[in-house]
Amino acid sequence: MKKKLIKYPIILIFLIIFVVFYKSLKDTNIYTPETKINYDIPIFSADLLLLNENLTSTEIFELDKFYLLNIWASWCVPCRDEHSILMTLSKNNKLNIIGMNYKDNKKNAKSFLDELGNPYQKIIVDKNGTNSIEWGAYGVPETFIIYNNKILKKYIGPLNQELFAEIQKIIK
Amino acid sequence: MIYSVVGHYSLILGLCVGIILIFFSIQNFKNSNQLDTKILSFSFLQLLFVLISFLALIISFVISDFSNETVFNNSHTTKPLFYKISGTWGNHEGSLLLWLLVLTLFIFIFLLRTKNQPIKYKILTLSFQQVIIIGFFLFLIQTSNPFNYLFPVPDEGLGLNPILQDPALAIHPPILYLGYVGSSIIFSSALAATTLKMVSTSWAIHIKKWVLISWIFLTVGILLGSIWAYYELGWGGFWFWDPVENVSLMPWLALTTLLHCILVLERKEILTSWVIILSIATFTLSMCGTFLVRSGILNSVHTFANDPERGLFILIFLFALIFMSLFIFFFFHHSSKNNSSNFFWLSKETSILVNNWFMMYFLSVVLIGTVYPIFLDVISYQKISVGPPFYHKLIAPFLIPFLFAMAIGPRLKWIRSDLKDKIYLIFLLIISILISFFIVKNFNTNILINTILISSAFYLFFITLKDFFNTKYKNFAQNTAHFGFSLLILSILFNNLFSSEIITNLKVGETYDNSKTKIVFESINQKKEKNYKSIIANFKITNSEGINNNLSPELRLYNQPNITTSEADIKTTLTKDKFIVINLVQNQDYFNVRYQVKPFMLWIWLSVIMISMGGLVSFLQKRI
Repeated sequence: MKKKLIKYPIILIFLIIFVVFYKSLKDTNIYTPETKINYDIPIFSADLLLLNENLTSTEIFELDKFYLLNIWASWCVPCRDEHSILMTLSKNNKLNIIGMNYKDNKKNAKSFLDELGNPYQKIIVDKNGTNSIEWGAYGVPETFIIYNNKILKKYIGPLNQELFAEIQKIIK
Repeated sequence: MIYSVVGHYSLILGLCVGIILIFFSIQNFKNSNQLDTKILSFSFLQLLFVLISFLALIISFVISDFSNETVFNNSHTTKPLFYKISGTWGNHEGSLLLWLLVLTLFIFIFLLRTKNQPIKYKILTLSFQQVIIIGFFLFLIQTSNPFNYLFPVPDEGLGLNPILQDPALAIHPPILYLGYVGSSIIFSSALAATTLKMVSTSWAIHIKKWVLISWIFLTVGILLGSIWAYYELGWGGFWFWDPVENVSLMPWLALTTLLHCILVLERKEILTSWVIILSIATFTLSMCGTFLVRSGILNSVHTFANDPERGLFILIFLFALIFMSLFIFFFFHHSSKNNSSNFFWLSKETSILVNNWFMMYFLSVVLIGTVYPIFLDVISYQKISVGPPFYHKLIAPFLIPFLFAMAIGPRLKWIRSDLKDKIYLIFLLIISILISFFIVKNFNTNILINTILISSAFYLFFITLKDFFNTKYKNFAQNTAHFGFSLLILSILFNNLFSSEIITNLKVGETYDNSKTKIVFESINQKKEKNYKSIIANFKITNSEGINNNLSPELRLYNQPNITTSEADIKTTLTKDKFIVINLVQNQDYFNVRYQVKPFMLWIWLSVIMISMGGLVSFLQKRI
């Protein structure tokens, strides 16, 4: 009979649906933008926080060295946690640390650095948050490792000892 | 505290009664001379237990008993009493308890009101319904107990999400659940009828009332949600093809189709397979909706706190129900010989069959649009989101033949007919096309498709309008619903085509001026309410005809939880809505102002009300 034959495919289809739903339950459903790895860095120009200068991205990342771009703000609590790691990293002369001050008040940013120390060689100002969007960032803190104008690695959230070791490994 | 204990134990007692009921049903089924009175009393007892538990939860909310976890998570002492009560079902646990309440209420009413049907059928329906009820009891007690105890007792609750503090949203869930749960009765009784091989004309007459009542509630429930989204979410639209909206639309489409099939089955024993499958589909789609929303697979405005364990439970429960119904369908249902679709091509049956296939098409579009992203993610780890253009492109062209079929179909007779009044049908068609052409021509839009679309809607509009005055034509309920539908499509089309929008950033005292509209940002007032502070902006808007409107949208800064909502200010008139909403621009004294003119918004709501009125008329009508 026709009906008998149709029975099995229908049951099969429902089984497949079950498996798919089951799998998607296990997966996280939080959407994360693709991490841009091995992409060229965006081209931009920005004011510096501490000096009265305007630099373009090629001027900032011109040397044949590893760069670390750290997006931070004085109002961001996790940024305080990772600051000591940045301070340690700044002692490594293979690495140039660039700060990007995100949606911040100049005065607060400066007192933050006075209090905790300044690990950054240069700090660019991202007053309205547009530059960090160019970088594909979606919050503070966020850290990029750059070499030869390419993004090698991106870390979302504060750096910790584990990531510190990983960064050390990359720049070796 | 005491209320939580009472509520918790009466839930457990309700579950026990469910198991006892299944036991009695089996006994009564074997020896079915008359309905065991115990069954009726135990059903009532179950209803009572759930009701006690529900009231206990409401009281816990009213007295702000923060030793109850649900209350702690969703309430706050400064919240107005009305929202304390509506907060009861504004969260996952409470809404499930409400769902359970409606389930037990409906099966009790079903047992009371069903006369002239075999005892076996009543008992079997009850058993299937108890399977669902027990499933929900277990789900509630196991994974989402509304009476979890918190120690130490917090002083203050976390508060209800402010966008949910709204009168329309207070009644939206209960109404929608009445619709969803009504479909569970249809599901159980369709399974019972299939098992007993009594899917017949008399069964159709009996179940039609339940189909109608769930359909009315579902329609009104969706409408309320849509109205809420329009004025509260501040996007200025009424339907976003959000996954959760789709999830309520799918059972609606299935139920509407079922309603039409039942109308046929009422007169002639055909389309039985359609009826059974659609009864199963309506309820499983409702359940599937629950699964998608509560498990957090889909991200949407309705996402509750996510917990994979809950998702797993509903998923297994859902598929147990699906496989059970598939088994019953394949094992017990054998369509009779004369059931084959051997109708004359021009008859009411054919037109209803055409309607069915169109509805199934719309249903599959919505279904695919909603679940395809999930499939793609699992199979290939790609994230996509399906937006309005997908639905518009796939649905709009098929609306044209659908509307024509809707206009002609009801005029046909059962079994075999000829079209009468051909000249006048063609005359109306020409008029519709002409009107639409002149309307569309004045605007810079895609002329061809819009003209055809609008004229098909106008065609249905005129034909149903004329039929109101046609004394020979007695099907008032159907005509009202179809007229409402044509009005709905027309309003949506005009709304889509002729809406205009201005988005700009303004400071107090500034003016936006383009050649057509002038917006003056006059002043700002601040006001302090019990649980929020509000910033009211006053705008004066002058349009090209020199008509002034004063609109005052509002920003509300709620204290608990700390959320800002924007309340749109809407001037509604018969022909158009003027809609303005403001938002804060971060760290600046500018406000983001969004001003929209939306024609025929009121008519969208009115036409949906009219559609459900059609259902109500049919519900109240005695069968001639």
